[in-house]
Amino acid sequence: MATPPTNPTMSERGRSLVRHRSFLAQPSTIVVMLLLIAFTVSIVSLSEAAGGDISTSLVKTLGKTMCLCLIAVAMDLVWGYCGILSLGHFAFFGLGGYMVGMWIMYARTEAIVVEAARNAPLPPTPQEIRDAIGTQIFGVVGGSDIPPIWAFAHSLPLQLILVVLVPGLLALVFGWLAFRSRVTGVYLSILTQAMTLALSLYLFQNDSGLRGNNGLSGLQNIPGFEEVPQSVVSVAFFVASAVALGAGYLLAAWIVSGKFGSVIRGIRDDEPRVRFLGYQVEHYKLFVFTLTAIIAGIAGALYYPQAGIVNPAEIAPIASIYLAVWVAIGGRGRLYGAIIGAAFVSLLSTWFTGGRAPDIHLGFYTIQWVDWWQVLLGVAFVLVTLFAPKGIGGLVDLLVRPKRQASAGQPAPREAAE
Amino acid sequence: MSALLEVAGVSVSFDGFRAINNLSFEIEEAELRAIIGPNGAGKTTFMDIVTGKTRPNVGKVTWGPNNISLLKRSEAEIARLGIGRKFQRPTVFEDQSVFDNLLMALKKPRNPFAAMLYRRDEDDIARIRALAEEIGLTGALMRRSGELSHGQKQWLEIGMLLAQDPKLLLVDEPAAGMTVGEREHTTRLLRETARTRAVIVVEHDMEFVRQLGCRVTVLHEGSVLAEGSLDYVTNDARVIDVYLGR
Ligand SMILES: Nc1ncnc2c1ncn2[C@@H]1O[C@H](COP(=O)(O)OP(=O)(O)OP(=O)(O)O)[C@@H](O)[C@H]1O
Ligand SMILES: [Mg+2]
Repeated sequence: MATPPTNPTMSERGRSLVRHRSFLAQPSTIVVMLLLIAFTVSIVSLSEAAGGDISTSLVKTLGKTMCLCLIAVAMDLVWGYCGILSLGHFAFFGLGGYMVGMWIMYARTEAIVVEAARNAPLPPTPQEIRDAIGTQIFGVVGGSDIPPIWAFAHSLPLQLILVVLVPGLLALVFGWLAFRSRVTGVYLSILTQAMTLALSLYLFQNDSGLRGNNGLSGLQNIPGFEEVPQSVVSVAFFVASAVALGAGYLLAAWIVSGKFGSVIRGIRDDEPRVRFLGYQVEHYKLFVFTLTAIIAGIAGALYYPQAGIVNPAEIAPIASIYLAVWVAIGGRGRLYGAIIGAAFVSLLSTWFTGGRAPDIHLGFYTIQWVDWWQVLLGVAFVLVTLFAPKGIGGLVDLLVRPKRQASAGQPAPREAAE
Repeated sequence: MSALLEVAGVSVSFDGFRAINNLSFEIEEAELRAIIGPNGAGKTTFMDIVTGKTRPNVGKVTWGPNNISLLKRSEAEIARLGIGRKFQRPTVFEDQSVFDNLLMALKKPRNPFAAMLYRRDEDDIARIRALAEEIGLTGALMRRSGELSHGQKQWLEIGMLLAQDPKLLLVDEPAAGMTVGEREHTTRLLRETARTRAVIVVEHDMEFVRQLGCRVTVLHEGSVLAEGSLDYVTNDARVIDVYLGR
């Protein structure tokens, strides 16, 4: 054991060091988990499927919001903790959606084709079935061949592996190139924007093999569950999204609570200094970048079946910028801040752009929120950046910190894991 | 026995300005060395070269018994070879506690997976406590290091340097902003450390250098002007001319 403490306060401090508080015991983790569970249980029990009043479309909106919260947690990990302002994470989100969407479209079309051929005098050959599927899916872009990238689309497990693999590999290759040449700061942000722009432009092309600007549609109809009403499907996805958010949050909380978290926050605050301590900064950044891309991909894979459609516009550069705005408004560098920001801003955005917000008549001009919401959001972002860098999450400090300080009777010893 | 660190014929230019000019320098395994020189002499740049931050235009920098070249290695690799550095301006991770700063510096596997699976054990905590005792920050272990005074940050950085357990310590102006008592403590610490490893101290304060009681290298305009005991170099006419006479 260590040297015997010389006075009582030191021994107290000493013990608090020895007992490293697990991330599971942190108040923020406990509160977030309890709220998440309570919220999920109440929505499920009040949903249409359970005979309640909450409409299927609202359940879908809330389920999608959970997915947005999950990608926001990933964004907070990569930006708020590791200091990499990626403006491309929505590309990974979209790719996750495409990967799962390919299976949904393929399997559903296959079922329709097989069903239609049942009354035919001769049973169709496998090749005829494939041709029919190809025509059905790619007719809109003037094609009928199934492109090679659809090779695994018949198999759900394989496409689910691709949900992880495709965003992960893209992030790994991109990150390796960028971090190895020490591209940082605004240059890295621009590079990530370029990546997402390039991807979206590519997907817009009709011969990209992913139906150009039509994207993949009908994703709310899950193959094999055609008989199950949407009210039930929506609840299933809502719960799955909640579980994914909970798991993602716990994973992120675990990562940032230990020494790894210390190192990445060190990279955020003073990258060269971390290098001089002997840490290979590139490896840490690459790890965080890739991991968060995978989380984004999973979030997207859960989001788009609830949205029903994924198209290249989803991957537009602006989407990734919004993501950064959510995290900034919610409060970066604290995981629950990301959730608050994503939920608050995206729900507000749905309300404003859904035409439900009342127009404001000024006599000479009418403010229509569908158009002006973007302006409001932009102004809010600037104001938060300038005057409240801790975001909405900073309000929690006002509630919690003063109490702690008073009880300690001295400047509160801030624990690093917070 | 060969030198621990050997710098031979190194030159560095910044936009045509020669900050280091055909510099050669050697240090043994357990040696304390002071480097003095006027502002802009190239003392910090010298440390930048050794730690891989600045790449020289010409010259050799070799390390250890196998004389491996440091020129092609990254900052992190060089640090892991056993070269630790304290910066002129104290640079600690202000957002994190003193404990976490020391923990990050503590000699342990540095790869991401090791860091992720790391769990603090009794030995590490004891080691950090002992270091904190040494640098007078025992009572401040859980404080955010940004709240520390300038002098305490200097101490913390020295503590982080010791925590790395390097074979060579490069210490840039450790005594700046310290009280007389703190300076004495620093001197003692550096001399003690130099019994088992190499220590290079850059310092402006002559009294501090005298207390170190070690060999002194005088840098001027990027090259070695004189080398020897403090008395020897301070009596050198050229040294008086460029440095002490001002
Ligand atoms: N990255 C750089 N770009 C351009 N010039 C540089 C750079 N780094 C150092 N210099 C110049 O090189 C010279 C040597 O600087 P250096 O910091 O090594 O001096 P020093 O001996 O440490 O001085 P001080 O005692 O003030 O710390 C100075 O003239 C400085 O302006
Ligand atoms: Mg200097």
